[in-house]
Amino acid sequence: MAVQKLPLAKALNESLRKALETDPKVLIMGEDVGKLGGVFRVTDGLQKDFGEDRVIDTPLAESGIVGTAIGLALRGYRPVVEIQFDGFVFPAYDQIVTQLAKMHARSLGKIKLPVVIRIPYGGGIGAVEHHSESPEALFAHVAGLKVISPSNSSDAYWMLQQAIQSDDPVIFFEPKRRYWDKGEVDVDAIPGPLHKARVIRTGSDITLAAYGPMVKVCVEAAAAAAEEGKSLEVLDLRSMSPIDFDTVQTSVEKTGRLVVVHEAPVFYGSGAEIAARITERCFYHLEAPVLRVGGYHAPYPPARLEEEYLPGLDRVLDAVDRSLAY
Amino acid sequence: MTVESTAARKPRRSTKRVSAAKKPQSSEPQLVQLLTPEGERVEHPEYEIDLTPDELRGLYRDMVLTRRFDAEATALQRQGELGLWASLLGQEAAQIGSGRALRDDDYVFPTYREHGVAWCRGVDPTNLLGMFRGVNHGGWDPNTNNFHLYTIVIGSQTLHATGYAMGVAKDGADSAVIAYFGDGASSQGDVAESFTFSAVYNAPVVFFCQNNQWAISEPTEKQTRVPLYQRAQGYGFPGVRVDGNDVLACLAVTRSALERARRGEGPTLVEAFTYRMGAHTTSDDPTKYRADEERQAWEAKDPILRLRTYLENAGHADEAFFTSLDEESETLGKRVREAVRAMPDPDHLAIFENVYADGHALVDEERAQFIAYQASFAEEGN
Ligand SMILES: Cc1ncc(C[n+]2csc(CCOP(=O)(O)OP(=O)(O)O)c2C)c(N)n1
Repeated sequence: MAVQKLPLAKALNESLRKALETDPKVLIMGEDVGKLGGVFRVTDGLQKDFGEDRVIDTPLAESGIVGTAIGLALRGYRPVVEIQFDGFVFPAYDQIVTQLAKMHARSLGKIKLPVVIRIPYGGGIGAVEHHSESPEALFAHVAGLKVISPSNSSDAYWMLQQAIQSDDPVIFFEPKRRYWDKGEVDVDAIPGPLHKARVIRTGSDITLAAYGPMVKVCVEAAAAAAEEGKSLEVLDLRSMSPIDFDTVQTSVEKTGRLVVVHEAPVFYGSGAEIAARITERCFYHLEAPVLRVGGYHAPYPPARLEEEYLPGLDRVLDAVDRSLAY
Repeated sequence: MTVESTAARKPRRSTKRVSAAKKPQSSEPQLVQLLTPEGERVEHPEYEIDLTPDELRGLYRDMVLTRRFDAEATALQRQGELGLWASLLGQEAAQIGSGRALRDDDYVFPTYREHGVAWCRGVDPTNLLGMFRGVNHGGWDPNTNNFHLYTIVIGSQTLHATGYAMGVAKDGADSAVIAYFGDGASSQGDVAESFTFSAVYNAPVVFFCQNNQWAISEPTEKQTRVPLYQRAQGYGFPGVRVDGNDVLACLAVTRSALERARRGEGPTLVEAFTYRMGAHTTSDDPTKYRADEERQAWEAKDPILRLRTYLENAGHADEAFFTSLDEESETLGKRVREAVRAMPDPDHLAIFENVYADGHALVDEERAQFIAYQASFAEEGN
């Protein structure tokens, strides 16, 4: 059967399985990815079926994981690396930023580094420190990296395979609080372009742009707003580097208003980039300044405060009201 | 400090034990041991210890209460009162032995599992639970007990410990510093760099690695091909492997390493060979990767049981002692349970507190917006 209903984590698992089957050069690497199948079970069963040579339990060393993945890629492999949690990518940040991102340019295009770095990110699961962060802007800011995030099972399945097929390094952010959300996956479909934004819901009053975990919140906000007679258009950006500004522009030219929603702190976040670009492109269409909803300029708080910290339905609707009030 | 010499009553080293220890084991070199799994007191040429019955009972009490606290926290997690718990079950001897070797002015840099060391430092155990309940990221002032905040990012604290120790040396103080970490952590670059720095600057730091055989699902073989304590040699300082389930040996070896640090002779790596009897944390499922027999084999080496056997056989503790300790354990469990249940959720504005020491205009602005936003709900009568 081509269409299956899968939780997002299982869709990723199927996607990795497909990639391992299709290309013998694909490798999975990371802490606990083998026997345990990863702490979120995204790699569940893969080592059993593809062996320890293809699905590699690594030492507990993120710089080592990414650094050796670079070496393996130089040798013709296509490593798919798992970083266990968002807050643990930083020991590898040096390798990612100073090496992975730049080698293609330094080699005048001779070297290709098809490395995918999977990072479960974001909050909302009641975790301890360093397990709930959204560091996407820190990667999107670095030239040479592509940064994407699926928001649903189908994208999880297809975008991961497209990332693995890409000859560029891709930072693949997985919205961990959506791992258990089920969605339809058509494994025979022909996927759209990887970096294209998608209109999830059409509307005429205001555009909501989000990605990853916040897409669902925005869809719910749009449904709630509809009951009050407001028509919201919801975009799933899917890619934070590059960003499909054309799709955002088309939407904003129609609605005249834009609210960007993400979990990451607003200050210097991806919303800032989108606001600036869209203001340039749509200045004469805008009825209100582009508004941003996101985290505060504070460390991600302890779990008992994350409800207050994370943008929820109410905060999105509040921004919608503020935008409409101009 | 000893009232009566234990030497006189020391059991003779059993020949059975000696021959077992002599068995050549390349992967498991001989451990420093002073108390066998059977609870027999044995001697080690380099590490002597002479404790009063009172002190021995004290170590036992520390281990029992730490285990009780740990069990209570695990139960509280199951009841939904804590979001997560990292149990130390099986590692009590490593933590109490090393923790009791410390002087008040020594400084401890723990990971997230050092509940027994925290106990030795006098940190109220209920303070350890705030971060696992999700009401704070720490919960104690590190400088009150010279016990740093728990560190979740693997390995980071070994460099902090080294730097702190460099500072101690610069100050001309004779305090020592101890850094705790796991076998998995030994793979991190930060740990390697802390070995380099501490050796180069001759820092008064003891690296205390609790090799509990697992880093979540990965056995120690996935981190190293040589016994961990041997790592130290390549950096130019001594490494020693101690039976991590033997509280006396852990105490003796750590004490000796701390004294060495105090004398200005630099770092030591102590590898406490022990076992994580439970899951990595309450989120983990060890049945996916670990055989039950392994745990059973280690249960036979239980650190608490062996000291109890020794105390009983040597006549150092009577039934009344154990009974009153049971009562004390129950009281502790109850206190912890009540304290956790009574722990209030933090004020919402805590998000904006302590982001900077000197203040920051953006934080002030966001706090004001947050207050106005929350007030808007109150106006609506929600
Ligand atoms: C830098 C970093 N990477 C990954 C993790 C996730 N993680 C938490 S504990 C752990 C295993 C730690 O094993 P070990 O160092 O042996 O200590 P133990 O928990 O067994 O005491 C891992 C991989 C982390 N906390 N920090």
